Amino acid sequence: MMELLDILLAGSFWAAAVRIASPLIFATMGELICERAGVLNLGIEGIMVIGAFTGWIAVYMGAPLWWGVAAAMLAGMTFGLLHAILTVPFGLSQHVVGLGVTLLATSTSYFVYRLALPEVTSPPRIEPFQNLPIPILSDIPLIGPAFFNQTPLTYAAFACAGLTALVLWRTPLGLAIRAAGENPSAVAAQGLSVTGLRMGAVIVGSGLMAVGGSFLTLSAFSSFFFEMVNGRGWICVALVVFGAWRPGKAVLGALLFAAFDALQIRLQQTDIGQIVPYQAFLAVPYVLSILALILMSRRAEVPAALMIPFNKGER
Amino acid sequence: MTTGAGDEVLRLTGITRRFGTLVANDGIDLMLRRGEVLALLGENGAGKTTLMNILFGHYLADAGSVTVMGRPLPPGNPAAALAAGLGMVHQHFTLAEQMTVLENVLLGTLPLWRAGLPLGAARERLMRLAEDFGLAIDPDARVGTLSVGERQRVEILKALWRDARILILDEPTAVLTPQETDALTATLRRMVGQGLSVVFISHKLHEVLGLADRCVVLRHGRVVAEVSTAGATRADLARLMVGEEVATPSVAPGRPGAPLLTLEHVATRAQGTAHPLRGVSMTLRAGTITGLAGVSGNGQAALSDLISGLIAPTAGRMQIADAPPRGWSPRAAVAAGIARIPEDRHKTGTVADFTLTENAILETYARAPFSRRGWMDWRAARDFCTRLIAAYDLRGSGPEGRIRLLSGGNMQKLILGRVLEHHPRIILANQPVRGLDVGAIAYVHGRLLAARDDGAAILLISEDLDEIMTLSDDIHVISEGRLSPAFPRGTMTTADLGLWMAGQGFADAA
Repeated sequence: MMELLDILLAGSFWAAAVRIASPLIFATMGELICERAGVLNLGIEGIMVIGAFTGWIAVYMGAPLWWGVAAAMLAGMTFGLLHAILTVPFGLSQHVVGLGVTLLATSTSYFVYRLALPEVTSPPRIEPFQNLPIPILSDIPLIGPAFFNQTPLTYAAFACAGLTALVLWRTPLGLAIRAAGENPSAVAAQGLSVTGLRMGAVIVGSGLMAVGGSFLTLSAFSSFFFEMVNGRGWICVALVVFGAWRPGKAVLGALLFAAFDALQIRLQQTDIGQIVPYQAFLAVPYVLSILALILMSRRAEVPAALMIPFNKGER
Repeated sequence: MTTGAGDEVLRLTGITRRFGTLVANDGIDLMLRRGEVLALLGENGAGKTTLMNILFGHYLADAGSVTVMGRPLPPGNPAAALAAGLGMVHQHFTLAEQMTVLENVLLGTLPLWRAGLPLGAARERLMRLAEDFGLAIDPDARVGTLSVGERQRVEILKALWRDARILILDEPTAVLTPQETDALTATLRRMVGQGLSVVFISHKLHEVLGLADRCVVLRHGRVVAEVSTAGATRADLARLMVGEEVATPSVAPGRPGAPLLTLEHVATRAQGTAHPLRGVSMTLRAGTITGLAGVSGNGQAALSDLISGLIAPTAGRMQIADAPPRGWSPRAAVAAGIARIPEDRHKTGTVADFTLTENAILETYARAPFSRRGWMDWRAARDFCTRLIAAYDLRGSGPEGRIRLLSGGNMQKLILGRVLEHHPRIILANQPVRGLDVGAIAYVHGRLLAARDDGAAILLISEDLDEIMTLSDDIHVISEGRLSPAFPRGTMTTADLGLWMAGQGFADAA
C-alpha cells in the first residue's frame, strides 16, 4: 500500500496520465462532434492509425512537426469525407461504413508504410515535440508537472476540448449541429442543410481523430509501428458515452482512463507485479472503464437522431 | 412594402405536381389576403400537404409559380420561403426535445459563422412576443417536458420570431384539448388582428367553420370549390369535399346486455413516462359502445395494454364476463374473445412489406383453418383475404399485393375485417379513424355500430370528442391515470368533457 501511495504522490505519475490522455481527448472530441450531429463514426480507430502514420511520415520526409500535424488532420478529413458521403447523403449503415473505413484506413497506412520503407526492420525515429514548461505554473507540486510541463500538442488537446464546448453551446453553428443530431427535420424546417451540417461535423471530427493519432507518433513514441493505436479509438467511442456527450465530462473520463493506464504500468514494477501476471494489469483500465461506463451512462441523454439517416422529402 | 387589410399577400398559380402516375396537385390556383384566415379543406390524399410542401420549397412543382407580397418565390428553396415571410407549423412538430424553448426558437435564425449566442437579449424578445400574442411559455424549459399544446405554441413562436407574415398550420387541432383549441383560436384571431394572414389545413369541418373566413376545397388534387364560411353548413362542406352526399351513420342508442368486462379500482405499474392507471373502475356491456375521452398520454396506453393482456393489474379486481381471469396474458385475452384495432395501423397494425393475405391472418395464422399440424394453408388464407376484400369493399390491391401500397382507409378496412370476421365479444378500438377521410370514417363507424348491434362490447379510445359523443352509449374521461364516472349519452357537452380532460372534477385518489 505504501508503494501505491508513493506512485500517487509522484509528479511523474500525473504527468504520464495527462500525456496518455492527450490523444484520447483529441479523438474523443472528434467522435463527440460526429455523434452530436447524429453520425456514429466507427472509422475512428483507422482514422487514428492514418493520422499517426501520415504525421510521422511527413516529419520523417523532412516537414516541420506542426506541418506533420496538419498533414495528419488533412488525411483524417479525407477519410472523414468518405465516411460522410456514404453515411449522410447515401444514408448507409453507420456501423458497416465505420468498420469499413477503419479497415481501409488501417491497411492503407500499413501498405504505404511498406512501400515507402521496404527494407526497414526496426522503425526509424523522428525528433518529436519537446516539453514546453509554462513558467511559474510548472513549479506547482503535482499539478505543475501534470498540466504545465507537457508538449505543445497536449496543451492543444485541452484547448481543443474547450473550443469544442464553446462552439457546440455558445454559437449558432453549434446549436444547429446539436439540433441535427436531435431532430434533423427541425433543422430542415428552418431552412438549414442537415446534409451539410452532418457532413461538416464528420469531416472536422475525423480531422481531430487523426490529430489524436498523430500525437502518438509526434509527441509520445517518435516512431510509427503496427498496432500502435491498439484500440484507443474504441476507448474514445466509449468515452463519449461515459461523458454523456458533454466535452467536459468526456475529458474527465479520458483523464481517469489514462490515470488507470499510468497506474498499471507502475504497479507492474512493484512487489505485486512479481506475483500477478502483467496481462492482468493491462486489463485494469479496460475493466475499470467498463464499470465506470455502467455507472455513468444510466442517465445519459443520447442524441435522439443518432444513427438515423435523414432523407429529405421522405413521405 | 406596406400592405393594407384585404391586399393580396400570397398567390399560387397553376401549381402541378406528379408523383409517378399520381397527379397530387393539378393546376391549383390559390390566393390569400392580408388579415384573413383561409382554410384548406380536403380528404386525405387530396393534395393539401403536397401543396404546402411545394410552397415551402420542400418539393419542386412540375409547373406553376408562387408569388409572395407581389414578388416571385424561387422554387425548391426553404430558406427563401422563410425569408419571404412564410412560417409553417407542421402537423408533426419539428422541435429538438432535449433542447430548450429558446434554443429551438433561435435555431437557424442567426448566421452560422458567428461567435456567441445572444441568449439574454433573445430571452427578452421571446417573452415580449409571447405576451403580445397570448402564448405563455417558459423560454428555458426543455421542450421534452412540455405538453403538446405548449409545443405547438413554441412552433408558432418560431414562426413569429422570424417575423412571419403568413402562417401555415397543418392540422393544428388534431392533438389539442377543447380548451387548448380555444386558446389557439384566440391566438390566431390576435395574429390576424395584427395584420398577419393564416392558412390552415384541416379535414375537420366544424373547425373550418369556426376558424376560417374563407375555405378552399381540394379534391383529387384540384380546387373544386371556394366558399365563404359565413352561411355555409357542415353538410355543404362535406359534400364539396367528398363530392357526394355522405351518409352519416344514424346512431340509435345501444341495447345494454350483460357486463362482459368489469374493472374495479384497478391500478397498474408505471411504465416509462406514461401514466399508469390509478383506481380505475369501468364496465363494458354487451351491445354498447363505451367511449374513452382524454388527451393522449393520460393512461389510454395502460388501459389498452391491460385489456389486451400485455400488463396485469397490480391492484383491484378484473372480471371477464362473471369470473376473474386465470393468468392474464395476450393469449388469455384472445381466448376471452377480445379483439384489437391498434392505434397505429402502420407500426403495430400491419407489416408494410407483407401481402394483404399475410396481414389478414397476422393474428390468427396459428389457428385452423390457416394452419394445420404446424403447416400453413395458404389457400385458406387467400380465400379468407379475398372474402374480406369483397365484404369490406377494399380497393387498391388484390390479396397478393403488398399492404404498403394501400391508402390509410383501405388498410383500416383490412384490419377491421380481420377483427370483425371472427365475431369478437369485446372490441378494443384505439383511434380507429385517425387520419381517415370522411367517407372512410363513416364506413368504419358503420361497421363498429353493426358489431355493437350484434352484441359486442366496444371500448372506443379517441381524441376526437365529436366521434366519442356521436358513437358512445357511455363516456369516461381519463386524466393522469384516473377515470371519471360513466356519463350516459347526451348528458355532457364538449366543454364539460374538456374540463374533465384538463383534470377537474376528479376526487383525487392519489
